[in-house]
Amino acid sequence: MRAIPRHALNAGWILVLPFVVLVGALFLGPIFNILWLSVSDPTPGLGNYTELFTSDSLGRILWTTLRVCVICTAISVVLGYSIAYAMVHAAEGTRNKMLGLLLVSFWISVLVRTFSWLMLLGRNGVVNSTLETIGIISEPISFMRNELGVLIGMVHYMVPYAVLPILASMQSIDGRVLQASRSLGATGTQTFWRVYLPLSRAGLVAAALLVFIINLGFYVIPAVLGGGKVLMVAEYISVQVLVTLQWGTAAMLAALLLFGVLALLFLMSRFMKLSTVFGGARA
Amino acid sequence: MAGIGNSGSLHLKSLVKRYGGFTAVDNVNLEIERGEFLTLLGPSGSGKTTLLLMMAGFQDITSGDILLDGQSIAAMPAEKRNFGMVFQGYALFPHMTVRDNIAYPLSVRKRPKAEIGAKVDEMLDLVHLTDFGHRFPKELSGGQQQRVALARALCFAPPVLLLDEPLGALDKKLRIEVQAQLKEIHNRVGTTFVFVTHDQEEALSMSDRIVIMNHGRIEQVGTPSELYQHPRTVFAASFLGKSNFLHRKDAVYALRPEKIDLAAAGTGQGANTVSGVVQSVTYFGAMLKYQVQVPELGEIEVDVDAWRGGTPVAEGTTVDLTWANTAAVRLEIEPK
Repeated sequence: MRAIPRHALNAGWILVLPFVVLVGALFLGPIFNILWLSVSDPTPGLGNYTELFTSDSLGRILWTTLRVCVICTAISVVLGYSIAYAMVHAAEGTRNKMLGLLLVSFWISVLVRTFSWLMLLGRNGVVNSTLETIGIISEPISFMRNELGVLIGMVHYMVPYAVLPILASMQSIDGRVLQASRSLGATGTQTFWRVYLPLSRAGLVAAALLVFIINLGFYVIPAVLGGGKVLMVAEYISVQVLVTLQWGTAAMLAALLLFGVLALLFLMSRFMKLSTVFGGARA
Repeated sequence: MAGIGNSGSLHLKSLVKRYGGFTAVDNVNLEIERGEFLTLLGPSGSGKTTLLLMMAGFQDITSGDILLDGQSIAAMPAEKRNFGMVFQGYALFPHMTVRDNIAYPLSVRKRPKAEIGAKVDEMLDLVHLTDFGHRFPKELSGGQQQRVALARALCFAPPVLLLDEPLGALDKKLRIEVQAQLKEIHNRVGTTFVFVTHDQEEALSMSDRIVIMNHGRIEQVGTPSELYQHPRTVFAASFLGKSNFLHRKDAVYALRPEKIDLAAAGTGQGANTVSGVVQSVTYFGAMLKYQVQVPELGEIEVDVDAWRGGTPVAEGTTVDLTWANTAAVRLEIEPK
């Protein structure tokens, strides 16, 4: 192929320049503003960051966030893997119906879903009253205002995100490879652990990464289902911005989340090509 | 049978496979002998691959039985049959190195590490890939991948090796090379090979016996030369090699193009002589292919050795065609 002439390249840049300016002004600008705030408010320096090591409450919030995110990611990915596995092995009609249901839950607003859980899981909610009626429990279980409720809500929201990348990687597995494994004497279990799982690993990693990153910034579900008892980073930032007006601390936490996600992506890129994880063209 | 491998005999008894109303395999009876190289040859849709998958245990049987050394294996799942199989497209494990691919059947059988290592070395040597053990399948050429698939399928000494069009993806030149290697490996291991192909040259050059299949049924079984020299049906005569068909009274005869001699008009001497006009001549290097229009027989194809045949006869020339009585083979009229 011929190289693109230099002047043509320049003309192209002029065409996309408005968008570059737009992205710069509306996206990168605010990010740099936040980074700047985190080292300049209330006084210039790294004071906001050293708070991380001195403040008990900050430490507790970060620990809660991390714990909830890890547990939620683990559960979502395992559920997502099972659902994707069932979908791949279902007949085509059934698979399309399952995909439809999955996408419907994608389109329902997180707010609507969270309030639905509120109805279901409350002290007098459907779940508790049903369990009481059939006599399994005598006292209502407290599903809300604790981590259990937050986890139920978050897992429910995240499962479709986990299913899709896993489904894509499972669909690309050549069925003959699995037949080959059986013809070579491997049992179903051996075939799964030694062939199927490794071949769907890229989807699994992508799903875990996606779910974990989205989890880190979760606001609505912990706020509503946690009822202020399960304080996670996003909600804490909102409190700092809107209530206590400590913008420096808020900016520092926001920057921390940003760097956390970037570090995660970097770490992952050292083990595998990110383009394969996110379904890009295979080299 | 001599050889470093294992070998077993297979007996297919009245095998039938139906999908709804469609019969893919129709009452197949076949004895496959210990250590032989048997080829299932047929066009696509003839049931040859279905038959192979039934032997492998990937297709269940509608009725009939499969015996391995006299024992029924019809109800046995694929992983218990201990058959080696080489798949179309090879189906190597893309996430494992060549060594791990070949070691797989032994490691799922939980054999000791030292034994696996020694066996893998032996197999790598057998398929001439000693220096490629640490590569991944995608770093190998098609022919090399094919050999890895073969080594993997043979390394646990299966009594029977099933091969599903293993050379289909290779280009013609490489295919001929791999055919020779495959034949050599068969001689060395002595395992029973059941080979599926739609390529008649491949079948002729490699097999001890060929099974010609059509519409789910066996048309004819025999050694390559038996089938080529004495085809029994029109299908067998036209699928394996080329044939002219001569209709005489209520019988049909097959006559191979190379068994006909072409002579100048009026000089033909043979048990059978007819006169015709050359319609076309095609040059194939080693031979010349003539299409000759014979009034009483229709168009007849004649192959003449290009070197010994002298100057090609021009189109439009009238010639004599002669052949010996034994050259034409009377065919069975197919039951309809």
